[in-house]
Amino acid sequence: MTDIIIHCAVALLFPPLLLGVIGKTKAAFAGRVGAPYFQPYYDLIKLFRKGSVFSETTTWVFRAGPVVTLSATLIAVLLIPLGRHAAPLSFSGDLILFAYLFGLSRFFTTLAALDTGSSFEGMGAAREATFSCLAEPTLFFALITLARMSKSLTLSTILTHPTLATWLAAGSSMLLLSGALFIILLAENCRIPFDDPNTHLELTMIHEVMVLDHSGPALGIILYGAALKLFVLGAIFVNVALPVATGDPLTDWAIFIVAMLALAMAIGIVESVMARLRLVRIPQLLIGATILSAFAMLLVLR
Amino acid sequence: MTDITVVDSSRFLQSILDAADRGWRIVSYFGIPAQTVVQLICVLANKAEGQLAVTRTETRDDHFPSISSLCTQAQLFEREIAEQCGLVFDDHPWFKPVRFHHSFVPERDAWNRPADEPIRAGVMNYFQVAGDEVHEVAVGPVHAGIIEPGHFRFQCHGEEVFHLEISLGYQHRGIESDLIGGPHKRTLQVMETAAGDTTIGHGQAYCMVMEALGGIKVPPRAEVLRGIALELERLANHTGDLGAIAGDVGYLPTSSFCGRLRGEFLNMTAVLCGSRFGRGFLTPGGTIFDLTHGHCDDLRKRLTEARRDLTNAVELLWNTPSVMGRLEGTGQLTHELGLELGLVGPAARACGIKRDVRQDYPFGIFRMTHLPVATSFHGDVCARTMIRWQEAQKSMDFIEEQLRQLPGGGHRVETLPCAGRHLAVALTEGWRGEICHVAVTDEAGQFDRYKIVDPSFHNWQGLAMALRGQQISDFPLCNKSFNLSYCGFDL
Repeated sequence: MTDIIIHCAVALLFPPLLLGVIGKTKAAFAGRVGAPYFQPYYDLIKLFRKGSVFSETTTWVFRAGPVVTLSATLIAVLLIPLGRHAAPLSFSGDLILFAYLFGLSRFFTTLAALDTGSSFEGMGAAREATFSCLAEPTLFFALITLARMSKSLTLSTILTHPTLATWLAAGSSMLLLSGALFIILLAENCRIPFDDPNTHLELTMIHEVMVLDHSGPALGIILYGAALKLFVLGAIFVNVALPVATGDPLTDWAIFIVAMLALAMAIGIVESVMARLRLVRIPQLLIGATILSAFAMLLVLR
Repeated sequence: MTDITVVDSSRFLQSILDAADRGWRIVSYFGIPAQTVVQLICVLANKAEGQLAVTRTETRDDHFPSISSLCTQAQLFEREIAEQCGLVFDDHPWFKPVRFHHSFVPERDAWNRPADEPIRAGVMNYFQVAGDEVHEVAVGPVHAGIIEPGHFRFQCHGEEVFHLEISLGYQHRGIESDLIGGPHKRTLQVMETAAGDTTIGHGQAYCMVMEALGGIKVPPRAEVLRGIALELERLANHTGDLGAIAGDVGYLPTSSFCGRLRGEFLNMTAVLCGSRFGRGFLTPGGTIFDLTHGHCDDLRKRLTEARRDLTNAVELLWNTPSVMGRLEGTGQLTHELGLELGLVGPAARACGIKRDVRQDYPFGIFRMTHLPVATSFHGDVCARTMIRWQEAQKSMDFIEEQLRQLPGGGHRVETLPCAGRHLAVALTEGWRGEICHVAVTDEAGQFDRYKIVDPSFHNWQGLAMALRGQQISDFPLCNKSFNLSYCGFDL
């Protein structure tokens, strides 16, 4: 019970801090002081206190977009185990639900973007749809590989299965999986080298351009949803790449939190040392990630 | 002015076409608006011989033959003349207004627009492409970032750009029409803000015109100070551009450091005259402020520090493969196209066109000190970025050298009134490229016409062509690598 409460509390309150840590890391590399760690929280509070402006050409789809997206992500967060503790919600085959919850949220984001009738948002929606088609197989291959290793179809089992022993026994496929998952983590969360979350150039954006017309609380929901998504995918990555379990629940929680913060720093470092890819190169990298995870599966099936 | 014979229109046009075939370039082509007789004046330049040529004609007709389909560089000049003088250019391939204002002469309008109705900028037909999967993307005039207003129409096939049409005029302030009858007391200040980031470039061109009309010589010390100010302006802007290009590809370290270093160069300009943008430094006859020994040492110290930091920040760009992968091959322009469009400045030099006013038509201090011209041949974003860095290095060398050997003497002489019935041409190399000012005076020495050609006027078409066949997502990067002025174009 305590674990469930901690799970919910961490999942609800912690994600924006990741964005703060990424921002601080990038600032350090750029020689700046940077915004405070808690800036994303202040931004969210500010946005939730604002009013909203809705274009007259939009319908209920536009308003439903952010809500559906956030709800789907919130359910997804209940399905994954955090810090070696079983997830509050789990059943056999929940990995399919998990994957398609992301599908649903993406579907509504693109639909809301198309609903505005703006040519930019249409372009962003087309890009998002194309790239997510290429990113989805990687996630599936990764989950199938882990399912095969743990001989289970429940996310709680699958993601808590990898241990140091697994790394020693099947190191190569775990390494391939970690690589693929990290690429997917960056791609799905619109980080550099795939997308630049800080750009103001509407023609180059992928995800950001789809939410240009949202304002106030709706934008707040989107930003919070994005932080949550980063948290969910980050948690999966941490479970696979850092399978440390001490047995003491509180120590495990602490390790998990520290690992997530380290991951945020790693993302910040990646964003600082490299430029964005040209848009035509993104599919190549995504296919590369798919191949990595496919090889990981081959090695396990062998 | 009277020495320039008036030729008839067919000979006028033929001589322009012949000259263009022999490698001459149109530097300025404008009309002197009048109710009945419109005078057209064309200034051509030939780099090989370092010569300038002027030819003029008169027309009583409302129509004039267009040479744009034979000489591409003339197309925008012809549209501009049509808009300002109400002259219709027959057979112009794309005959549209440039800045969307009423003509200088009431009752004469090339498009027969009523004189009492305001003209709305950007309202016109655009080139369109039809077909499956072809879509149109309109950007601006209100942009997501804090930049000047301009409207861009892309005809795209998926992510690929077939055609880009740029429509400007939102910043039109009527500088040229106000100058008729000048110079006024505020004229110098107006010139300094013709393109706000090119204060010294435009300011010096204006001062040169006034000095030529007054027949005065500027003291050597003033020439050196002007040169230093011009190169500081180039440094500040090139540094800013290098940072902005890095920012556009999402490469943070260079972006942030260059953003700060641009401020350092602006502060050095402030040491010269108290204004970070060089406002109020120049005056016809010299400079308003002098440089003391203490300031000289201060500048040299600051320059050494800025140079070290800038070198570190920019070297990071060339050493990061992901940045180079993004810059190389993006927005390529060929040497031939660059010549045909008559590009100037870093954009031209990036296509391997050795064109630099400081070398071709040296003015001021550049008559004494020759700055080497940096060129590249790929014509892509990477080449334009590299050119900026090379020029920045040369400018820093130049400033260091000049600060060490500042000539003595005064820095300002008295101005004399402008001579009547004269035509004066001034060319300077601003950081964007060639700036051309032409003044034509009447009997009393007042401006009959004052024509400003900002480098952006030549180069906007280059940006449109660079986008052909490129990804639409590369537009911001290409745009930044040209970094053209909207208000310098709109005047």
